Amino acid sequence: MKTLKLLTIMTLGLALFAFTNITIDKGYEVGDIATDFSLENIDGKMVSLADYKDAKGFIVIFTCNTCPYAVAYEDRVEALNKKYEDKGYPVIAIMPNNTDVMPGDNMEAMQARAKAKGFTFPYLTDKNQKIYPQYGATKTPHVYILEKTKKGNEVKYIGAIDDNYKDADAVTEKYTEDAVDALLKNSEIKVKSTRAIGCSIKV
Amino acid sequence: MKSQVLLLLLLITACKNDVPHKEKVESKYENKAKDDAVVDAVDLGVYDYDGLEPLINLKDDKVHVVNFWATWCAPCVKELPYFEHINENYKDKNVEVLLVSLDFPKNYESKLKPFLKKYSIKSQVVAFDDTDQNRWIPAINKDWSGALPATIIYKGDKRQFYERSFTQEELENEILGFLH
Repeated sequence: MKTLKLLTIMTLGLALFAFTNITIDKGYEVGDIATDFSLENIDGKMVSLADYKDAKGFIVIFTCNTCPYAVAYEDRVEALNKKYEDKGYPVIAIMPNNTDVMPGDNMEAMQARAKAKGFTFPYLTDKNQKIYPQYGATKTPHVYILEKTKKGNEVKYIGAIDDNYKDADAVTEKYTEDAVDALLKNSEIKVKSTRAIGCSIKV
Repeated sequence: MKSQVLLLLLLITACKNDVPHKEKVESKYENKAKDDAVVDAVDLGVYDYDGLEPLINLKDDKVHVVNFWATWCAPCVKELPYFEHINENYKDKNVEVLLVSLDFPKNYESKLKPFLKKYSIKSQVVAFDDTDQNRWIPAINKDWSGALPATIIYKGDKRQFYERSFTQEELENEILGFLH
């Protein structure tokens, strides 16, 4: 059984290696160049990072409607966009779940949630589930801060929004804000990656 | 070992009334009345990481299966019966299951305890409440990205971490690997 499994994996791996350019890894690390995408927003329009001519970078957040951790952070995500959009770092939210498994994350539900909460950032659906694996997102919420450079959109921070999912008032480390502030000041980001608990992305 | 248990018991008893994160460990599932009064009888231990750490690093000769889950986590709930199956059928083979719930504290009474009652969960259950995730996620396993469900299987110094879901067969195979 084990040998068969191993063989299957090896064959699959070889097939992938032979026929595509995809490198099989765990997604981005800080310093990597992140892919752009064209994903549908809740208003029906397609959104790409390249659309943001004046942006200095992006706060890309994989999030959804149905995960309690993501819900706990909704207001803080909105606050991040309010604070940093004008400074050149808009929030781009991407919903990565398979909506057959999670109907509560389908387009109608996303639209309803965005309306109810008054989201001012794009809330995109990774409908074909092709983008989140490239980033290496495993859960919601999962933050990737990108900086526009000559090479492309460079990953500068990966991880949590802050250090307290339960209580925004009890936060002592605002990892995402600190990272964007550092980028805006052209200084070194002190904490470049953090861990956060979250709901596994549903495939 | 015995003295450790005694010490733990002492600690638990000593702290029971004033320190909320080290409450009594055992849950009283045997106390099955017909009405909702049972929910109150589900005596749930709530721990922060310092409290949980010894419970997931027991140095005895048993195979320990620790599953991180939550009632709102669909894939976790789906695989819960498999852990219950292990708890039920591998007890006499020196296998112990610990279910670590990451439900939010505000849902202990409204969701978690009713869930444990409804499905008559027999494995030991503790609630884990610690917001300093950036400390305890890598401490539990350096490769854990933080997604649920997650499982540790360990015996003595042999330890495996799984950031994934299991089928019953897969879980049993992993445990058999520790038994042989």
